[in-house]
Amino acid sequence: METTTLNIDIKSEQQKAQAEIKAQGLRVLVCAGTGCVANGSLKVIEKFKELGADVSVLTDYDKMTIVPTGCHGFCEQGVLVVIPDKHVTYVKVKVDDVEEIYESHIKNDKPVERLLYVDPITHEHVMDDEHINFYAKQTRTALANCGNINAESIDEAIAVRGYEALSNVLKQNDPEAVIAEIEKSGLRGRGGGGFPTGRKWRFTAANRGGKSYIVCNGDEGDPGAFMDRSVMEGDPHKLLEGMAIAAFAIGADEGYIYVRAEYPLAIKRLRKAIADAEERHYLGKNIMGSDFSLTIHIKEGAGAFVCGEETALMASIEGERGMPRPKPPFPANKGLFGRPTLINNVETLANVPVIMLKGADWFASLGTETSKGTKTFALTGEVNNTGLIEVPMGTTLRQIVFDIGGGIRGGKKFKAVQIGGPSGGCLTEEHLDLPMDYDSLIKAGAMVGSGGLVVMAEDTCIVEVARFFMNFTQHESCGKCVPCREGTKNMLRILEKIVAGKGEMKDLDTLEELAQSVKEGSLCGLGKTAPNPVLSTLKYFRDEYIAHIKDKKCPAGVCTAMKKIVIVPELCKGCTKCARTCPVGAIDGVVKQPHHINQEKCIKCEACLTNCPFKAIVLE
Amino acid sequence: MTDKKTLFIDGKEVEFTDEPNLLEVIRKAGMNVPTFCYRPDLTSFGACRMCVVEVEGRGIQSSCTMPPENGLKIHLNTEKTRRIRRTVLELLLANHDKKCLTCEKSGDCELQQYAEEYGITNIRFPDKELEDYLPVDDSSPSIVRDPNKCILCGACVRACSEFQGHAVLGFANRGSKTVVQPMNGRPLGQVDCVNCGQCVAVCPTGALTIKDDTEKVWAEITNPQKTVVVQMAPATRVALGEMFGLKPGENSIGLMNAALRKIGFNLVFDTNFSADLTIMEEATEFLERLKSGKDLPLFTSCCPAWIKYLETQHPEMLKHLSSCKSPMSMMSPVLVDLVPKYFNVERENLVVVAVMPCTAKKYECKRPEMYRNGRPDTDYVITTKELGKMIRSAGIDFNALEPEDHDSPFGEYSGAGTIFGASGGVAEAAVRTAYEFATGEPLNDVDIKQMRGTSNRSKTVSLDIKGTKVVVRVVSTLVEAEKALQEIKAGKADFQMLEVMACPGGCINGGGQPTSCNDSKIKEERAEGLYKEDSELPVRKSHMNPSIQKLYQEYLEHPGSHKAHEILHTVYTDKFAGSYKDI
Repeated sequence: METTTLNIDIKSEQQKAQAEIKAQGLRVLVCAGTGCVANGSLKVIEKFKELGADVSVLTDYDKMTIVPTGCHGFCEQGVLVVIPDKHVTYVKVKVDDVEEIYESHIKNDKPVERLLYVDPITHEHVMDDEHINFYAKQTRTALANCGNINAESIDEAIAVRGYEALSNVLKQNDPEAVIAEIEKSGLRGRGGGGFPTGRKWRFTAANRGGKSYIVCNGDEGDPGAFMDRSVMEGDPHKLLEGMAIAAFAIGADEGYIYVRAEYPLAIKRLRKAIADAEERHYLGKNIMGSDFSLTIHIKEGAGAFVCGEETALMASIEGERGMPRPKPPFPANKGLFGRPTLINNVETLANVPVIMLKGADWFASLGTETSKGTKTFALTGEVNNTGLIEVPMGTTLRQIVFDIGGGIRGGKKFKAVQIGGPSGGCLTEEHLDLPMDYDSLIKAGAMVGSGGLVVMAEDTCIVEVARFFMNFTQHESCGKCVPCREGTKNMLRILEKIVAGKGEMKDLDTLEELAQSVKEGSLCGLGKTAPNPVLSTLKYFRDEYIAHIKDKKCPAGVCTAMKKIVIVPELCKGCTKCARTCPVGAIDGVVKQPHHINQEKCIKCEACLTNCPFKAIVLE
Repeated sequence: MTDKKTLFIDGKEVEFTDEPNLLEVIRKAGMNVPTFCYRPDLTSFGACRMCVVEVEGRGIQSSCTMPPENGLKIHLNTEKTRRIRRTVLELLLANHDKKCLTCEKSGDCELQQYAEEYGITNIRFPDKELEDYLPVDDSSPSIVRDPNKCILCGACVRACSEFQGHAVLGFANRGSKTVVQPMNGRPLGQVDCVNCGQCVAVCPTGALTIKDDTEKVWAEITNPQKTVVVQMAPATRVALGEMFGLKPGENSIGLMNAALRKIGFNLVFDTNFSADLTIMEEATEFLERLKSGKDLPLFTSCCPAWIKYLETQHPEMLKHLSSCKSPMSMMSPVLVDLVPKYFNVERENLVVVAVMPCTAKKYECKRPEMYRNGRPDTDYVITTKELGKMIRSAGIDFNALEPEDHDSPFGEYSGAGTIFGASGGVAEAAVRTAYEFATGEPLNDVDIKQMRGTSNRSKTVSLDIKGTKVVVRVVSTLVEAEKALQEIKAGKADFQMLEVMACPGGCINGGGQPTSCNDSKIKEERAEGLYKEDSELPVRKSHMNPSIQKLYQEYLEHPGSHKAHEILHTVYTDKFAGSYKDI
C-alpha cells in the first residue's frame, strides 16, 4: 500500500504548541473536573487569575498561567491545585486559601503546609504526587494527561503528542497494520466484557466497503464509576484521536459518541474538542490532507443503565427505545442502522493512540499474561483515599486497597470489595493477593466490569449490599426479557424478606436457583450478570445470610429490622429521659426504677440510646 | 453444486436451507420448543426466553434469534433449558392476573397451555401485588386491553409497527414496571389506532382481546319480537371451520348457514352478494375517473382500518378514496330498506348482524356515516371467533350439521364477490367487471393470477383493456400502503387503482379470525379456499349475478344512480388530530 503525504506536519505543530506552553510561564493547574467544580474550583481559578495579573512579584517567570484541567482523580481531596514547577500538590483548597498560596509559595517560595496532603498512616505532610501514595503507586496511560493539560485547549493536547499517532497512521496508510498492532498489543475491551479489541476491529474491518460506523460507548452507568467521564472531560482529544484511528482501521467515515446527559461538562468539552479538531483538519473531511474523512456526532443518552449494553445503545442512537437486541447478528456485521459497526468503550479507545505511539510491545509489557496494559478503577467506600486510579493489570487487591487506598478508614477491619458494580461480584480477604485481571476475576466469580471498586469494612452488612445492587439492576432492567425483568424482581423480594428478618431457609434455595436461571437465561449482559452480587456473596458469606434467617441477627448490626435496643437494668437510674425522648412511647417505667423497652412498639430509631446520660441503653 | 447444510437436533441430523433461525429448523424437523414472542411474520425479538436451546460450545441460546449454522449441535430438552422455561413460566404466572375462569382467552391461551404442559402447579414467588394492578382499557370499539394479563412479549408492539407502521402500541417504563401501552399512555379509543386487531391476533394471552358483542346479539335473538338477519363476509367461511377441527381454507359456508339458523337467526344472507354490489358501483366510479382523469389513482374503500388511517394520517388524500361504502355497509341499508318489504317485517323490529373476519368493522358500524334516521344500518358486528363461540354455546355439533343454502335474494353471489376476502381480490373482481363495462365485450380469462398471493404484500399489475393500459397496485398492510401514498405524493405513482387491505394477506388474516399467528401457511390456505370457490361457481363476474341485476331493476335503477348514491356511497372527512374521538 502506498504511503500518503499529509499537508500537516504534526511534529512542527507539536513544537509550536510546546513553545506556547513554555511561554505560559509558571503554570498553576487547578482541577476543573466535575467533582472539583462542585467543590468550588471555578472560584479558585477566578481568584488565582485575579492575583496573577500582577506579574511583577514573580522571580523566575515573567508570567503566570492558570490552567483549568480535567480530573486529577483524587476527588475527595478537591479542590486540587498543582504547581508542577514548584513540585507541589495542594489539596482541599478553598477560595480563601488562594491568597495564602500566592503570597507564601508563589511569591516567597514558602509552601503552605496546612494545605498539603496528610498521609493517613504516617500522619506526615506530603509535598507532591510522587510522594502521595495514592498517586505514587499508579501507572497512568489512559489518564496520563488528565489533570496535566488544559482540557479545553487543542494546543495543549498537541503539545503532549496528541494526534501524532493519527498522523503516523494516515501517513503509513495501512489499515491492516493498525489492526495487527492493536491485536499484538493484547488490548481488551475496557467496558467490562474484556473482548480482544483487535479481534473486534478485524471482524468489523472484514465488512469494509460500504457504510460503516464507529461508536464510542460513553454511557457509564455503574454507580460510583467515573473513569470515562474523566477521560472525556480531561483529555477529549485523546478519545477523538483513538476513534479516528479505529475508524481508519475499519473503514468508517461516521461516528457517534454516546454520552449520558448527566455529564454536561463532558458533553461541552467534547463538542468544543470536535469543533477545534475539525477546524484544524484533524477531523472532518480529508483529515490532514489524506483521503480519510470522519464526522463525529454526539448522542446524549437519557441515563438508562441498559443503554451501556451495545445493542441497546445502538437502538437508542437510532431513536428507538433502548432495549437490547439479540446477538447474533453482531454489530460487526449488522450494527447501527443495520450497517457494520465498531463499538468500543471510552477507556479502550483512549488506549489506542498511546499503543500506536509507543508500540504494541511496550503496551504488552504492562499487565499480565492475558490482560495487558493498565486499568482504571473508581475506588470508593471505606478506604482512606478514594478516587480514580489507574494501575497495571494484575495489580493485587491488597496493593489497591492498602497502598493506593491507604487502608481502611477509621482503623476498621477489611471485609470485602464489590468489584465491577452491579454486574460484578464480591471478593473477600482470601482474594487480597489475587491479581486484578479479567480472567482471575471471572474465576473468582466477579468481573472487571467498568472498574467500580467499593471497599467494605467489617460493619457492612453483606446481605444489604446484595439487596442494594439487586434493587439497582431491577430498576434499570429494560423490561424486555422475562428472566431479567421478573427474575430480578423476585430475587429482590427474597433479599428484602431476609433483611427484614422474615427469611426462611428455603428462600436461599429459591434465590440460588433463580439466580442461576437469570444468569443463564437472560437476553443481554445486564441480566446475565445481575445475579453476580447475590451468587458471590452467597458463596463467600453464606453464614451471614443464615444468621439473618435462623438467628434473626444482622452480624454487622446494619439491618434495622433485626436490631434490638435494650436497657441494662443495672445501669439504669430511672431518670425517665429515655421514656420522654421515645417518639412512639415504647419505653415505660417508674421514676428511679429501671425502665423497659417494649420491643413490639420500638422503631429502632436509637433516640433513647443516644440520649441516655448513663449509657444504660445498648444495641443487643 | 450446492452443499447440503445440516445440523444436529438431539443427535439427529437435520437438513436446512434458508430458514432464518433455529426455531424454524426445529419446526421443519417436526419438533418444537415453546415460545410466546416468536411469530413467523414478525421480526424475532428474543424476549420470552421460552425457546432456549443448548448449543454445544455456545451455551444457552434463544432458538428464535440464532441463525442456523452448518454442523451445529443443539439440544432441546436439557436440565438447563427445562429449568429456564419452568422458571420463566413461574415468574410470568406469579405476575399474572390468574383469573383464567373468566378470561376471554381461556382455552386458547398459550400461557395456560405451557403452564399445563410443564406441570406448573406450584408457584414459589408471591402473587402480583394489588397496587400493581392497572385498569382494564375498554375504550376502543374493537379491542379490550387488560395490562394485568400482559406478559410483555412485544408481539403486539411489533405487529402494530411492522404491519401498520405508525406504532400505536409501545413499551413504557423500566424494570418490573415495564408496560405495553397506547401512545402517551392514553386509552386505546383515543389514539390513532385503526382497530385492525392484528395486535389481538398475535397476543398469546388475554391481554388483548376482541370486544365481545355476542351477548347483545343473543339478547336480540332470544327476543321473539325481533327479526334478526345476518350477513357474513367472504373470509369467514374459510376460517370458521378451524375452530371445529376443519382444515384452514376448507369452505364451510353450508354448515355456517345451518349453524346460524340453528342459533336462531331468522334470515341468513351473504356479504358476498354486496361485494358484487360494491363492484357494480366501484367499477363504474373507476371508469368515470379514468375517463375524466380526475382523482386518480382510485383507492378502494372496503377496509375500515385503511379508511381511518387515511382520515387521520393523510386527510389531504381522501379525494382519491372511492365513495363506495364497504360491502358490509352496502348490504345493511339494502336489507334495512328491502327486508321489511319482502318479508313483511317492521323496521323497528329488524336487527342486522354482520359476521366479519375483522375487528375494525365494529368501529365501522358505529361511524356516523353508517347511520340513517338515528340508527345504524348494521346493528352489531361479531367476528368469526365470536360466531364460533356462539355456535359452541348453543350446543351445536358443527360438523354434524347438514349444509344449507342462503336465503334469497340477498344470498346469491358470483366468484368475484367471494375473492374479496383475499388481498388482490377486490381489484381482480373490479377488473373483471370494468373490462366488460368498458369494452362491451366478454372477458374470457377471468383469472388475474398476478394479483394473488398472500406473502407478497405489494404487487403492481399492468393490464391491457383493449389498448388502454391500466396499472393496479395491490397492497396489504398499512406499511405498504404508506409507501404507495409516498409515491403518489412524490409524483412517482404509475398506477390508476390502489387496493389496500390493512391486514397482511387481506381479510382472510383479519384480526377477528381464529388464531393463526404461529403458522404463515394458514393465510395461503384460506386464500386458496376462496379462489377454489370462485373457480367452481357458475357466475364469476359481479354484474352477471342475477340477484344483483334484479336489485338494480327493482330498486337501484343503475350503478351510480341517485338512489345508489343515497344508500351505497358516502363521504369521508378529515379526522387529523383526533376529531374521531366521539366514537
